[in-house]
Amino acid sequence: MPIFFESDLFQELDRLQRQMDALFQNVAGRERAPRVGVYPLVNISEDQDHIYVRAELPGVNPEDLDITIKDQHLVIRGERKIPTEEKDVNYHRRERESGFFRRVVRLPVQVDPNKVEAACKDGVLTVTLAKPEQVKPRQITVKGA
Amino acid sequence: MAEQELTPKAKEEAPAKAERVRPGRVFIPAVDIFETPQALVLVADMPGVGGDNVILDLKENLLVIQGQVGPLPEKETMLAQEYAIGDYYREFQVGELIDKDKIEATVKNGVLTLTLPKAEKAKPRRIEVKTG
Repeated sequence: MPIFFESDLFQELDRLQRQMDALFQNVAGRERAPRVGVYPLVNISEDQDHIYVRAELPGVNPEDLDITIKDQHLVIRGERKIPTEEKDVNYHRRERESGFFRRVVRLPVQVDPNKVEAACKDGVLTVTLAKPEQVKPRQITVKGA
Repeated sequence: MAEQELTPKAKEEAPAKAERVRPGRVFIPAVDIFETPQALVLVADMPGVGGDNVILDLKENLLVIQGQVGPLPEKETMLAQEYAIGDYYREFQVGELIDKDKIEATVKNGVLTLTLPKAEKAKPRRIEVKTG
């Protein structure tokens, strides 16, 4: 006799994953330690009506960004280009890197895929996602007797 | 350049030089510095910094770049934080003689580009050898 249905099992694994993440987050300090192959790093915040996913992408042109959303997954793809200088240039320091990136972000709640906006300002990408009505907090009036 | 995948890097915190007036953390921006025959060019990644929030200072040979970043809007609460938010600060010793009046700075997509033209004295000059 199966103890879990498949979906229950996945939900359980997901719950465990989140608990582990929370644990490590507390140990490591305010930010989670960057993992290999996960670029860009993202910060996720919320207010009453929206979820905000932000990523630092300095020097990335908005036209080189490709953002898609499917179910509860937001995909940020793109390329960071650094123009190469002419030949008679002598480099003293080269710390900035160019290359491709792809990041899948699992959103904390289901969102309305038709109400997603993305904006890039000063090298920071902000994806604004609308929360569906059923997850928004609702004020409940307490009736007197 | 071959296809390369970018990897995330944790921001490096700038050493505290003096008591700071602004609250929050300060990080060292990643930079490229290159030299052309005419100028020294500095390119710094400062995501979140707009043109109005850059402070540049060149005294003697010490070049200081600073960028200020605002905090999260007050109505928002952070759910998961992977990158730290803070200002940027970095100092450079400039060896070349710089023509201070012709320094140009632009900020685009969170990248500061600073062009420091070399002073006449520092430019390479070709000396004609006369044959008589």
